[in-house]
Amino acid sequence: MTAATIQGELGALLERGLSRRAFLAFCGAMTTLLALPPRYAPRVAAAVTASPRIPLIWLRGAGCGGDGEALLRTAEPDAVSLLLESLSVDYLEILMAASGTAAADVRSATMAAAPNGYLAVIEGAVAGADDGAWHTVGGRAFRDVAREVCAGALGVIAVGSCAFDGGLAAATGGTIGASGAGVVAGGRPFISLPGCPVNAANLAATFVHFLTFNELPPADLRGRPLFAYGSLIHNQCERRAHFEFGEFVEAWGDEGAQKGWCLYKMGCKGPEAYANCPAVRYDDGASWPIGSGQVCIACTMPGFWDSMGPAFRRLPPLASFVPWLTADFAGQVLVGGTAGLAAAHGTASVARAALRRRRAARARVAPAADAVPEPVVAVEAPAEPITPAEPNAPPDVAPAADMPAADMPAADVPAAEGPAEDAEDEPEPGLEAEAANPPEVPPEPKLEAAPRPKPVRPPAAEDDP
Amino acid sequence: MTRLVIDPVTRVGGQLRLEVELEAGAVRDAWLSGTMYRGVERILLGRDPREAWLLAQRICGTCGTAHALASVRAVEAALGVRVPPNARLLRNLVAGTQLVANHAAAFFGRQLVDWVDAGAAVQADAAAAAEFARSLGAEQPIDIGELEIARRRIEATAASGRSGPFAGGPWGHPAYRLSPEADLVLLAHAFEAIDWRRRVTGIQALIGGKTPHPQSFLVGGMATAPPWAGPSKVAPGQHLWGTGRQVPSALTAERLDAMRTLVDDAVTFCEDVFLPDTIAVASAHADWAGFGRGRGHFLAFGDLPEDDADRPALLLPRGRVMDRDVGRLVEVDQSGVAESVGHAWYEPTAEALQRPAESGTTPRYDGPRPPFETLEGFERYSWVKAPRYEDDPVEVGPLARSLVATAAGGGDLPLRLSRAMALTGAPSDAAFGMLGRLVAPAVEAVVVARRMRAWLDELEANLADGDLAVADVSRWDPASWPATAEGWSIGESGRGAVGHWLAIRDRRIDRYSVVDAGTWNASPRDNRGRRGALEEALVGTPVVDATRPIELLRVVHGFDPCLTCGVH
Repeated sequence: MTAATIQGELGALLERGLSRRAFLAFCGAMTTLLALPPRYAPRVAAAVTASPRIPLIWLRGAGCGGDGEALLRTAEPDAVSLLLESLSVDYLEILMAASGTAAADVRSATMAAAPNGYLAVIEGAVAGADDGAWHTVGGRAFRDVAREVCAGALGVIAVGSCAFDGGLAAATGGTIGASGAGVVAGGRPFISLPGCPVNAANLAATFVHFLTFNELPPADLRGRPLFAYGSLIHNQCERRAHFEFGEFVEAWGDEGAQKGWCLYKMGCKGPEAYANCPAVRYDDGASWPIGSGQVCIACTMPGFWDSMGPAFRRLPPLASFVPWLTADFAGQVLVGGTAGLAAAHGTASVARAALRRRRAARARVAPAADAVPEPVVAVEAPAEPITPAEPNAPPDVAPAADMPAADMPAADVPAAEGPAEDAEDEPEPGLEAEAANPPEVPPEPKLEAAPRPKPVRPPAAEDDP
Repeated sequence: MTRLVIDPVTRVGGQLRLEVELEAGAVRDAWLSGTMYRGVERILLGRDPREAWLLAQRICGTCGTAHALASVRAVEAALGVRVPPNARLLRNLVAGTQLVANHAAAFFGRQLVDWVDAGAAVQADAAAAAEFARSLGAEQPIDIGELEIARRRIEATAASGRSGPFAGGPWGHPAYRLSPEADLVLLAHAFEAIDWRRRVTGIQALIGGKTPHPQSFLVGGMATAPPWAGPSKVAPGQHLWGTGRQVPSALTAERLDAMRTLVDDAVTFCEDVFLPDTIAVASAHADWAGFGRGRGHFLAFGDLPEDDADRPALLLPRGRVMDRDVGRLVEVDQSGVAESVGHAWYEPTAEALQRPAESGTTPRYDGPRPPFETLEGFERYSWVKAPRYEDDPVEVGPLARSLVATAAGGGDLPLRLSRAMALTGAPSDAAFGMLGRLVAPAVEAVVVARRMRAWLDELEANLADGDLAVADVSRWDPASWPATAEGWSIGESGRGAVGHWLAIRDRRIDRYSVVDAGTWNASPRDNRGRRGALEEALVGTPVVDATRPIELLRVVHGFDPCLTCGVH
């Protein structure tokens, strides 16, 4: 290699005649997406251009392969740079030159040459039924191959909804015993990027975060990074104003559709889905489903094919007799409640104290509890509680510049430790407890303090036959 | 006689296992196995037919739009919905983008390293390579500097000790015969193709919100609405703020302009880079014309409707070519399709061949428990069913479509194909084998990309004339449906013929069957023991070095098989 040899991403960009300024702009964009303070940009730049590159083993489970396609759609850094210069993508079946035993040898060589020194990425579900016989690679159960690869990985990144919780293969009617990649992560640092498919920008940002900080970004209890899955789609939606003013698409292609009105009545699940789609969009910011006139199907949420379907059935209104109660408000109450839950997760004494406080609260606001019947909140509850650091912070706002210079910038949120299934069961009883108790904030004073200027009655309950 | 196993066969869609028996340095027999099952057809049962396309789309991350389209068309056929012209044009643009992008990915991403030695490319001289690039065509948009960068990229990747996607490739294999300069130019184009493909699939993102899995299909049309053209006064009772904060509708003039730029870009890339590159590879391997010929039956369901009639004219025509006789076009109808599960992991059926409109899918794995060494001795050896057209195993895909178009007579496609095949200098019947499978996709990509301009023109003219309809919602309400209905649709994905069959009962999906390009091409043996199209094409292929059988990969990748589609 000569002195003129390319040094990573920066070198490649400079060779292609792009200025250092353009490269730093890319790093700035990445820090914004990751919700890092702007002064992290130079650190991101240094990390992305560093050598040696981190090897990557990308395994494809029971899925459609769309997440691998999404990888090839990364725009910043462009896919070729990411594949050749930022990372060393050693095993990726849709692209690699080697086939058969040669491919397995490449995988083994990377694992042997860099023990605890490579990233494992899993797309697609893990087939568990019949000893994994429903999905074999090289004559071995995919599940066993994935376990072996994950065991020596620096971290495990589950991309797409199938690797998150089994996705389509785990939906009603599935027979292969599909589960998310958590079952094979073996306690290694684990992060999950659901979405059908994963948003390429979030995937690239996760890689960049790892390259910069040598760890995966902070995540919620389900292992979803907060920078991408911390906010409700409904809260960031460009059509939100139309929801507030009762301007809805009533039929496909009608005046409302042509005017870009809210798709809530057509079945949009934006009020129940957590993701940064409205801010980041897809394909280098070209568009996103709601931006192209179609409903959100909540593909980042657990079990969405069943829990959020049918796609075109309108979400049940919260309560037609509490017109000011929007999904947004209920979400805030729930998120606040689950943040309390996370604290209760620690010790039994804390939990008991919380219980006492809630009992006291129940005694105080007993009349209000009658006004908001329990099933109402239960119906609206997201299938899984989210515990973002700042539930209401829009993701496109960078954190305050005077943040402590810590490596983990988002917040000291309890990140998922170990496989996701460990945390799976715990929130449920708490959620019920929360629903059974009145909201911490009594609704009556809220109504008086901030009456809506023009209350819009949510549409009446009207299920499709 | 040696048995050779390649598993995983990489650079295909899904999980593919290949076992062959070698005798005297050539393939005597071959078995293809899809080794991953998900069961999308069963997961679809009991769901709302209006959302079926969302699940069907997830059959494949590469050709998903073809399944989404096949599904909405099948439901529309069952319910008697006819989509407006604008919806047809938008769907054609999405499907056309998928087809063009898929063909480029199949050549540059999945096939190229079977023909191009990346190890030799680093020795190339950039100036000589630029000379070679110019010899491919006057418009090759690549210069010495770019080629040198590409060379250094490959070199730096390899020299760092981490070769990434190039690791473990069969570099230096005697079957590679292009010059290092040609290798370098083609690899530089492959890098460019990845970026180009990302940009051109932006057409799907602009129409469908994202890609893969664009999301604006609808039973009845498309969700992508054009901007409101009526008066924008504030209606009584309407809040001023609400109307002042208009968000753009889905199909704005800016987005149409952006699509036009991308379509122009696609035409340029396909004409100036993609097609000349395939011709260059084919002409250097004229002796390969005799390999991978298979049985010689070709089937196309046809797609890309050009009008709104009941039986519309199709840009890619429908029909069959039997025994390589392009002088005779044989009719094709959905009723000719039937599947055998005699060698696949499903419950045996009473009849040897079952029509998809009448059959269900009941998986039953009775293969070896993993880990296993071989599938030899197992009667059932794949998750792929064996579809047959009137009992014949057939090949589908871009080559099949081009040959059917030739038999149908006239049109742009046959003319351009024969011109391109002449440029390869290969014998006249070379189109029926490996060389045809190299060149035909590029020819088709050129034809479809050029046609996309016309669809955009037509769409813009419609909108300018005030025809803003994108969906027929008369059957959106399930209350308007009959108690039972049956529907089907046959069409094309980039990789070949796709059919969806379904039945609706009590407003839910009662039966769903998919036969896809991957099912046709990567089919196992049928009830009569006859090999599938790709298995048959592998027979007779020479293998010089059994540890690095790139000849087999050339034949397999020529079919661009997709196993996620094939098994579904």
